[in-house]
Amino acid sequence: MSIAANGLRKRFGTYTALDGVDLHVPRGKLVALLGPSGSGKTTLLRIIAGLELPDPGSGRILFDGEDVTDLPTGKRRVGLVFQHYALFRHLSVFENIAFGLRVRRRRDRPPRAEIADRVRKLLSLVQLDGLGGRYPHQLSGGQRQRVALARALAVEPRVLLLDEPFGALDAKVRRELRRWLRRFHDEIHLTTVFVTHDQEEALEIADEVVIMNQARVEQVGSPQQVYDQPATPFVYRFLGSVNVLRSQALSAAGQVIGGSQSDTAGQVYVRPHDIEVIPHDEGTVGLPAILRAVHSAGPFARLTLEQVQDRGELVEAEISRAELAAKQLRVNDLVRLRLRRSRRFEDDYSI
Amino acid sequence: MAAASSQTLTSRSGTSAPRANRDPAVIRWTLCIIALLFLACFLFLPLAVVFVQAFSRGVGAYFSALATPESKAAIKLTLLTALIVVPANTVFGVAAAWAVAKFRFRGKSILITLIDLPFAVSPVVAGLIYVLLYGRDGWFGNFLISHGMKIIFAQPGIVLATCFVTFPFVARELIPLMQTQGTDEEYAAISLGASGWQTFWRVTLPNVRWGLLYGAILCNARAMGEFGAVSVVSGHIRGVTDTMPLHIEILYNEYNFAAAFAVASLLALLALVTLVLKTALEMTAS
Repeated sequence: MSIAANGLRKRFGTYTALDGVDLHVPRGKLVALLGPSGSGKTTLLRIIAGLELPDPGSGRILFDGEDVTDLPTGKRRVGLVFQHYALFRHLSVFENIAFGLRVRRRRDRPPRAEIADRVRKLLSLVQLDGLGGRYPHQLSGGQRQRVALARALAVEPRVLLLDEPFGALDAKVRRELRRWLRRFHDEIHLTTVFVTHDQEEALEIADEVVIMNQARVEQVGSPQQVYDQPATPFVYRFLGSVNVLRSQALSAAGQVIGGSQSDTAGQVYVRPHDIEVIPHDEGTVGLPAILRAVHSAGPFARLTLEQVQDRGELVEAEISRAELAAKQLRVNDLVRLRLRRSRRFEDDYSI
Repeated sequence: MAAASSQTLTSRSGTSAPRANRDPAVIRWTLCIIALLFLACFLFLPLAVVFVQAFSRGVGAYFSALATPESKAAIKLTLLTALIVVPANTVFGVAAAWAVAKFRFRGKSILITLIDLPFAVSPVVAGLIYVLLYGRDGWFGNFLISHGMKIIFAQPGIVLATCFVTFPFVARELIPLMQTQGTDEEYAAISLGASGWQTFWRVTLPNVRWGLLYGAILCNARAMGEFGAVSVVSGHIRGVTDTMPLHIEILYNEYNFAAAFAVASLLALLALVTLVLKTALEMTAS
């Protein structure tokens, strides 16, 4: 089922959580809402879930074209998974999963045997066979989150909404569980939205990433798109590391940027791995810099370079260790820098 | 990390701390003895005296003191008051805690302050408030007299005053508990299709059941023992508006020490039972 929202606005007192947000989640996709804390991503998820209402007269939420803005949470048929699992602590795993079926009105409630059967199937779906008799406090974090998922799936939701689902887990379990979620999603194809502040997580498993900042959507696109073609300085900075160079310093150095070049003022954003480092030679074109430090522990060599002009501002470059060896670069060498892929932003377009 | 933290736990729960972390024996024993002496003087001794005095005229006198019509009436009134007040304040307390912990609304901090008011106000003042409201010359006095209702110097006044004084116990117990539990479980229940009522009975209430019982026990202890507020509104009509604490005072003032202490021992016994229940509860809950 697809989800659409347009012009959502939400204020809490004087604080603006959402300021005209549009969203489209295509059917069957896994979409990440990515942003720093306070960017409005959780509020957006809660509005989709119906736990918060958008400000009156702002926008509507559509599920497959049907307006659900005024529908209460319980009638939207959304599966919710929380960062801290929110399992019912006094109920066994079995009863947790069965909860959504047991609270139905008598005429809609499946018979006892059918409930037991469905719970067993869900337990095996989330690979927790035989753990139905345990209580939440007897499970590990990863297991609890899978119980929460099974519980949400028991009522056959139309969409799955996950709020920082891996946030409370330690790094290793987090990586395992998010890969598992991706495979799981490929099996069941349920439209899924998850909130995260972890770039790596969003870029690794999402079909589409919605990057939010300060109550607005900054960019929407596939992980590849948002990483390679950031639309705003914020996205550049938020997804991985970036160098910011003055446009004028670059034009003074000649043909530094691949492609066209303009003399206008502004700032050029370039990722460390998109900087080409060339040993200095008479006639080489490029931004002059001095190699100040090399960190080669890891798969790549990280070079810290000091610009000769422009107040000696530092630049970070990342090259393969083989390239470092081949070019015979040493600390305090004069080098020239060229940019493979970069993007210029006007000065006033600041964040 | 999990392994490391479990190691620290085992070393902590071990019987003896490392030698370097222990004070010399003299200091340890002195501190223990001071603490025990203090407890003996201010807690055990008075409690023992109550029972010794109660039985000073023999077992027969003890039971005949409890069997007088006035004593029986006082016991009955105290139990009746607790029987009304504890359930009422349990319901009020749960409702207030639920509203405060699970919802956002204007004036919440005022409500929290109001809940604490009975703890801040002297019980005597609490009693006077009811006299001023429902007494013969009070705000509603004329209305009550013309409709043949009597609240002050009657049992309803005693129940009202006790209700006021013991109001915060359940709410105070539940608010912090519910606040730490947050609202995620309720939201989860609602998203699974549960109604508000179902969510309350199946999720919210079971999560706080031990805290609720604990609050109710404390509320009961205070309801049975309340003296100040009840003294003001009761009018001390023997056999009619005397609760156990008031009855004890009357007997004592009449130099009927054995009888006074006999009733007092019964009240102390009720308190002890309450404490045992509370301890048992804490053990079950943990």
